[in-house]
This record gives sequence, structure tokens and C-alpha cells, in this order.
Amino acid sequence: MIASKESLADGPDGQAPQETFILNLGPQHPATHGVLRVRTTMDGEWIKRAEPVIGYIHRMHEKMGENRTLAKFLPNPSRIDYLSAMHYTHAFVGAVERAAGIEVPPRAEYIRVITSELNRIASHMVWWGALLSDLGGLTPFLYAFDDRELILDLLEGLCGARLTYCYYRFGGLCNDVDDEFLQGTRAFVKHMPPRLKMYRDLVTDNIILRKRLEGIGPISAEMCRKYGATGPVIRGSGIAYDVRRAEPYSVYPRLDFQIPVYPECDSMARYLVHMAEMEQSLRIIEQALDQLPAGPVMGKVPRVLKLPPGDTCYAVEAARGRFMVRIVGDGKDTPYRVKLRTPCFSNLSLFEEASRGMILPDALAMLGSLDLVIPDIDR
Amino acid sequence: MSNLLSIEPVRILTYLVGICAFVGANAAYLVLAERKIAGRIQRRPGPNEAGYGGWMQPFADVLKLFAKQVMIPPGTDILLYCAAPLMVMAPPLMCLAVVPFGESLVARNLDIGLLFVFAFGSINVMALMLGGWASRNKYSIISAARVVSQNVAYEIPMLLVVITLLMVAGTLDLNELIRQQAGGFWNWNLLRVWVNPLMPVTFIIFFICMLAETNRAPFDMAESESELVAGAFTEYGGMGFGVFFMAEYSNIVLGCCLGTVLFLGGWQSPLPLAALSGPLWGPVWFLLKMYALIFTVMLVRWTFPRTQFYGLLNLSWKILIPLSLFSLLLTGAMMKLPLVLQRLF
Repeated sequence: MIASKESLADGPDGQAPQETFILNLGPQHPATHGVLRVRTTMDGEWIKRAEPVIGYIHRMHEKMGENRTLAKFLPNPSRIDYLSAMHYTHAFVGAVERAAGIEVPPRAEYIRVITSELNRIASHMVWWGALLSDLGGLTPFLYAFDDRELILDLLEGLCGARLTYCYYRFGGLCNDVDDEFLQGTRAFVKHMPPRLKMYRDLVTDNIILRKRLEGIGPISAEMCRKYGATGPVIRGSGIAYDVRRAEPYSVYPRLDFQIPVYPECDSMARYLVHMAEMEQSLRIIEQALDQLPAGPVMGKVPRVLKLPPGDTCYAVEAARGRFMVRIVGDGKDTPYRVKLRTPCFSNLSLFEEASRGMILPDALAMLGSLDLVIPDIDR
Repeated sequence: MSNLLSIEPVRILTYLVGICAFVGANAAYLVLAERKIAGRIQRRPGPNEAGYGGWMQPFADVLKLFAKQVMIPPGTDILLYCAAPLMVMAPPLMCLAVVPFGESLVARNLDIGLLFVFAFGSINVMALMLGGWASRNKYSIISAARVVSQNVAYEIPMLLVVITLLMVAGTLDLNELIRQQAGGFWNWNLLRVWVNPLMPVTFIIFFICMLAETNRAPFDMAESESELVAGAFTEYGGMGFGVFFMAEYSNIVLGCCLGTVLFLGGWQSPLPLAALSGPLWGPVWFLLKMYALIFTVMLVRWTFPRTQFYGLLNLSWKILIPLSLFSLLLTGAMMKLPLVLQRLF
């Protein structure tokens, strides 16, 4: 990349032309966590325009869904956002169950909630470590992975996979939970709150972190609505939108939890939303463990699963926001259309507007606080 | 030995080799120490494969760097690109010539030693800027601009702090500065609160400025790896990068040496006991204090996130400079106060 005066653009309000240059962040830049590319027009260190260029890891998941049977597509959703694989499988499985009218036994739904919330905590831990390493603090990353490891071990014991779980099946689960998992989860729920307190003391209350995040990267509620941002981004902008409450699914209506909302709209608000969500997830897990009914974990599912003609949607609150699967069936064993509505795509799309006029380190801090997973953007 | 050292060429050669070896060994093993400390902080073992406990790791690193092809990217200013690593390495080597490791263990006891150190210490910035500029890479240029404004901002409070000390000490001779701090740790400049009640604060200002001047986290704007890839060193590979890396550690050594001399009593023993002071104990105390400071530098790096660039400048212009100016004023006032009182009464 050779520096040159690439463009002589007009300054703001048609004033004297100012020298700007194009800075290409990515697709192999340490701050973009994968193959995201942001083409920034810079005025010194100030961003005039930051245009995300996506598609470097586009894998045609939607098209793959359309030309294979439902069961063959089942492992795919967990590859879209590899950090919240449980939620994504949940959405796909849920959409198929809703379309085909399959009943899911309550025990399976409870276990889905437990594993999903465990997955949410694991995902938020990765985000937390990655954000801090974006901000130059490399140590929290390893602490976060230490705690995440416990969750991965639990889920590995349950379904054999550590990252791309394919644990949910149409009509239930792959296998029932064992005592080891239940005890391990209970131990984890006890283990986590002191750790979260330690993170609060060591990192959240650190003055440098606060200076880096407070008031940085404001995203108004209006902007969130305009771009369809969901998840911690919209909840950090003061809107209590959570799919678990807005479009209740699974057994979430039976569980008591709060939706953490911070009205400050800045990166710190999004940070605090993530941290508070982990506490709420622990609450949910605890309740679900207490209420866990006995019974089968698999409902009655026809041997050959064919979707009746019709249009079905199923949305879940993934770790990064609203993930929705829309399936259009036409009576064959492959769906006519699979539409995946991924949260990161919408969350990224507001970056261009939100980052205008920001200084580069702040913009990267904001990019980190958006909690992006690149395969989730590109699908 | 002392007879031999009094012969000028022998003396020069001995100290030249000695300082080069000291800097080289420190640069190599401080990298290892830093990685070990980082590992300790992050609950992992750190490098432990090469040699027992990883002690061969520096050799492995250097061998790897030497084995790399020297790449000069197209469009660079070759002369500046190649000169920058040398220019960044030379100043700390030069400055160590006047640092007294023991009462008589100093290569050249200049009576303007402190001035010498600051004069040559500033070249480091220029070298980083040249390296960034010559690389013809946008990240490097942003980094170069940052380095300059950061160092300009932090040179001021650092020099103000040093002037405060000079007013107290009245000498630029580093050895003389240390001699004045004799007689136990309460006589170190760090704790001489009867001279200026802000002395511990001045030390903290000095330490912060030293971190900023050596481009260490949390002020590592030159190489903010999550923003500017590798900053000014983006286009450097192999030993070019290795030299920059070594220079970073040499500068830390120099900065910590200076902190030891100015505030921690240099080679003076912390307790005024005859058994603990002497020509052999001097270097021991000096190195102990220096490595304690270096350890703190590493601890800070692995504990805090990086500051934002403008926050960094604001910290200097809005907090450190006024504070050090106030400290300067206070020292002056406290020095003149007895005279004023004498004249009045």
C-alpha cells in the first residue's frame, strides 16, 4: 500500500479543498477481527467516510439451504456465527418446527434455553476479551478465555463439539443431558458471579477504559431503528428490544429476567449491556435448571421431513441481536427459499454513518463495541 | 586492573564493549523477561521450550530474525529506511556512557551528564519519525506523526521535572547528583519532601513521561498494533524490526537508569550501613533499583489498556505540564523562602 495524495476532495460545506487520503483497513487488519474491510477516507487521523466492504467470507449459506434437505442444512447455521452457534441452530430448528407443526417436549425446550444462555455467556466473553485487546489491553483476553473454557468443556461433554455445536434437532435434541452437565452448569453458575465482579473491579472501572469508551461512538435510537440494529447495540441506545420478550419463543415467557438497557448510546453503554447480560443469562440458567422437567427430549417427527407450502419465520435473540430464519416451503424435502436475517449485517451497516468525523482509534473502539462476527455479516 | 583502565584507549575500548554487551544482553533477556512476566500475569507459562525454562529463547528469536530476507519495499527512501534502525539504536548506547553504575563505574564522567542524556535521548524520536516516513506506508506515516506530537508533548513535563531536580541539586553531573542522595533511602530525591512536598508526584510525572518517551504501553502510540498494524515498523522485517525492538528495550533501560539516578539514589545503598555500601555494592544497588523500575514498566503494560491518542496529549498538556510547572514554582519558592525570611526579620 503506497501512500499518495489520492484525492483532493472538497472540504465540509464546499470550503477550500482539503487533502484527504484513503486508508484501507483490512481485510487483514488486526482490528477487524477477520476479513472485514473498511475503506476509510481520512483527513489526517479523522475519518471523513468509512465504507465497509464485505463479502470476503461469503459462503452462500442461503443458497446452500435451498438445494439440500433440511437435515443436511442443519449443521450450517452454527457456522454462520460461530460464536453463538446454539442460537443459530435454535432459529433454524425452530423455523422448521413451526412450519411442519412439530411439537417439542418441554424438557428439550428447557435444555435449549440452558445451552443457549451458556453459549451467550461464552460469546460475550470472547467479545469482551477481543474488545479489550482492540483497546490494547491484552491480558483480559486470556482471563475471558479461561472462563469460556469452562463453558466449552460443559458443552463438549454434552454434544461433542466445542464451537459449532449441532446439538438441536427438529423436534428436540440430539441427546439428553447427563448429571455431569447439570452439576457442572450449577457449579459454573456459582463460579461466574465472583469472576464478573473481578472483571468489574479490574477492567470496567479502569479509568483508561472509561475514557476510551465513554461518550465514544454515539449511536442514537433513531439510527438503530433506521439501520435495523438489534442486540446489545440497540439496548445500549436505550431501547428495551429483546426478541426473547418482543417475540417470545421457547420457554422464555416462563422465565424471569430483565433486559439490561442503558440510555447513554455510547460504547460504554454497549459494554455495560454485554456485562449485565451475562448476569441475566446466569439468572436464566439457574431458573431453567430449577424448573427442568423430566420427560423425553425428542418429539414426534416424520421420517421424511417435508415442508408444507407456506412462509414461516422464527427469530431468536442471538448473542449479537435478532437472528431470524425465514423458510418458504413448497411441499418438497428442500425448502424453496431460506432467508437468514443476521444481526451483524445490520449492526455493521450503521458504522458508516456513526463513524463520520471520528478519530481512528475511537472508530476502532466503536467497531469493537459493535461485537461483529464477520462470517455472520457475509453469511 | 585500575592501572590498565587508566590507559585511555584501553578504557574506551573496555567501556565500549561493556556497554554494548550490557545493552545487548538486556535487550535480549528483557524481551524474555517481559514474555515470562506477561505469561505470569496472564496465567500461562510463557516461552518454555527453548532451553531450560526458555532461557535460550532470545537466541532462537535472533536467529529467526537474522534468517529473514531483508526486504525493502518499493517506493521507500532507501537511505532513510536503512538509517532509521541505526539511529534509533545509537542514542541509548551513547547515553549509557555517562550513566554511573557505581561510584567509579562510569565510562565518561561528564559534568554535563544530564544534559548529554537528554540531548541524545531526543534523537530517538527523529529516528522513529524517519523510519515511519521512509516506509511510505500510510499506517507508518500516521504513526510517525503521532510519535512526534507525543514526544514533543511529553518532553516538556519531563524537562520541567528535571529542572526542578536541578534547582535542588545544582549540578548536571550524574555522579554528583547521586552523592547528594547519600545517607539512606529517606534522602533519595523521591522522598525529599522537605525540599518540595510534591517530590513523589514529580517522580510519578517522570515515570509517566518516561513511559511515553519510550513509547511503552499504555502510551504505545507508535506501535498501536490494533489500530496501526505495527505503526512505524509496519514495513520493517527481519533484523530491521529486530533492531527497533532492541532499541525499545534499550530505551527502557536508559529511562530506568535515569529514574534510578535522579530519584532513587543511584548506587547509594538504601540504608546507611558501612557493610551495605562500597564499590562492590554500588552496582548491585543500582541494578536492583533499575530492574525494579523495569518490572513496573512491564507490569503497567500488561495491566492497562492503551490510552486514546488525544487523551494522551490532553494528559500531558492539561495535567502533567501544569502540575510540573507548579512543582517547579513550589521548589523555587521553598528555596527562596529562607532568604526572604532572613531579609525580613
